[in-house]
Amino acid sequence: MSRVLVGVKRVIDYAVKIRVKPDNSGVVTDGVKHSMNPFCEIAVEEAVKLKEKKLIKEVVAVSCGPTQATETIRTALAMGCDRGIHVEVTGKDYESMGPLQVSKILAALAKREEASLVIVGKQAIDDDCNQTGQMTAALLDWPQGTFASEVTLEGDKVKVVREIDGGLETIKINMPAVLTADLRLNTPRYATLPNIMKAKKKKIANMKPAELGVDMVSRGPGGGSEGDILRGLLAVEQSSRQHGGLISSSRTHLHPAIVATDFHDSSSLKGYSETLSFTELIQPTGG
Amino acid sequence: MAALFKARKALRLCVGSCRSLSSLAELPEMHQMMRQTCRDYADKELAPIAGKLDKEHLFPAQQVRELGALGVMAVEVPEELGGAGLDALAYALAVEEISRGCGSTGCVVSVNNSLYIGPILKFGTQEQKEQWITPFTNGEKVGCFALSEPGNGSDAGAASTLATQEGDEWVLNGTKAWITNSWDASAAVVFATTDKSRKHKGISAFLVPMPHPGLSLGKKEDKLGIRATSTANLILEDCRIPLSSMLGPPGAGFKIAMQTLDSGRVGIASQALGIAQAALDCAADYAHKRTAFGAPIGKLQAVQFKLADMAVAVESARLLTWKAAMLKDAKKPFTKEAAMAKLAASEAATFCGHQSIQVLGGMGYVTDMPAERHYRDARITEIYEGTSEIQRLVIAGQLLKDYAL
Repeated sequence: MSRVLVGVKRVIDYAVKIRVKPDNSGVVTDGVKHSMNPFCEIAVEEAVKLKEKKLIKEVVAVSCGPTQATETIRTALAMGCDRGIHVEVTGKDYESMGPLQVSKILAALAKREEASLVIVGKQAIDDDCNQTGQMTAALLDWPQGTFASEVTLEGDKVKVVREIDGGLETIKINMPAVLTADLRLNTPRYATLPNIMKAKKKKIANMKPAELGVDMVSRGPGGGSEGDILRGLLAVEQSSRQHGGLISSSRTHLHPAIVATDFHDSSSLKGYSETLSFTELIQPTGG
Repeated sequence: MAALFKARKALRLCVGSCRSLSSLAELPEMHQMMRQTCRDYADKELAPIAGKLDKEHLFPAQQVRELGALGVMAVEVPEELGGAGLDALAYALAVEEISRGCGSTGCVVSVNNSLYIGPILKFGTQEQKEQWITPFTNGEKVGCFALSEPGNGSDAGAASTLATQEGDEWVLNGTKAWITNSWDASAAVVFATTDKSRKHKGISAFLVPMPHPGLSLGKKEDKLGIRATSTANLILEDCRIPLSSMLGPPGAGFKIAMQTLDSGRVGIASQALGIAQAALDCAADYAHKRTAFGAPIGKLQAVQFKLADMAVAVESARLLTWKAAMLKDAKKPFTKEAAMAKLAASEAATFCGHQSIQVLGGMGYVTDMPAERHYRDARITEIYEGTSEIQRLVIAGQLLKDYAL
């Protein structure tokens, strides 16, 4: 029987009103309530369910970050994971940590732990990257079942029903594989009071990325020995919505080129992106 | 290595019974997680239906079962008996968060934990614990506590319900009043006089299953608040129970009742805190949104002073409650602190309920907003499990003992 690795991320709680720092360098995180990323909760729940069905033997929860990341691992343990791994990332490394670094760590751990499955949330609610699962699969050269709304183990394969733009797609992939959890995969359980107590006794191993052979530096496309460090430049509040305007009819306010276009004929669509900007296409009336 | 040793020591201190006042500033991690679980459950499953439960006087059976699965219906019961095996502080946190979602549900949780399971856990034999506690830990069954009578509430020593021994049975006769959970309970702890000559030292405690021949229920009281709980008279007419159903030794009933109510006070204080906090949350939220005189009313000092007073009342009552719980966990005397906590918390609840309606103005008076329900739910906390007047007597009694008068 097999082992599942679940990645969990500590993010600002979904109910908190996000505030930008006065110097616009980022968002306020000090003293702000944090919790496990909701999609990570769904990933944990799925892994624990597989264990309860006796299809897998052990669930290991992993989180990358400073000391506070252990709180998130404890929550995963309270939900039913067997043990945790805290990969300590602090300071500048933590500020520039993105999906690529986390994927490298998860890939290294997946190999070290001989995991049959890596399950992560489809995206984090703070950066909405939706990249970690995919990158991890690529680094491991493993198949991936992303946006999973249903997971069924069938021998050494996994059947995954994926939520895609056009509807639902069912694929069957070989294990070991990487899955990313989507909203409707399951409803995460509450950590019961007895399980919270039991979680205290479960082990959380502590390690640094270097021990896994992972370099945390974030390089830009230039590459090179120093590389460009990927960093946030500016955080600003969204400008408040401006009033809309009433227009009498859409026809009179569309660019003549659009009115004249037959959208079923693809040849007439060529060249649009180069010649017309969106604001040119829609000309609102004043007031 | 040193860091590991320090961490282990810190953990033991957190879990151990000797918790110092400094930890009041921040709860131990496990307690924070427990509080969060209860809060999440209350926000998602209780708060949305609390209005309906109140309006339709519905017992939250489904929710009680779910709370049983969470471990909340038997917080301090050891794991071998089916409970969560936690301490009084965890219990106080759980009841507060549940009550914040729904005051009635918080009452059901508190009665089951403190008043029903409490005395059996403390005074029952191993057999009695297995028979009368274990089935009541998972939310499938709840119990109730029958001390008050139509003729005596605060005057608990004057129990007129009689228990006479006839062969190998006890026969109970009398009426108990104001019994919470009565219509939904599967068992009751009943206090009856076995030896009238010894006055309050002649009262004994009994475990009675429900339903049972000779035990009937009066009509459900139509209450001002906590309407999702059933409150009614328990009528005992030649109610026969085996001799093994006596809880504790004969004549120990009054002592059992008083000690049970001591612990129960932490539970009711927590329930009152939850209601008070819910009222404060409602008022503060409204103060942000409602505009008058060109700005949110939260900008007006009159409203700010009310919110500040409410917050101080809740926070100070909360610290008293936590202190009482921690003293209990440390196996130190906690009677005075528990009475102070119950007094402070229940008065905070009625104060916050009142002021919350005031902040909401007209909106506070209608059922569209929960403020009026908090006001009604809060009122009972100053009455049951020892009226505010009785609490003052208890506190004064302890104080005077301390000053050796």
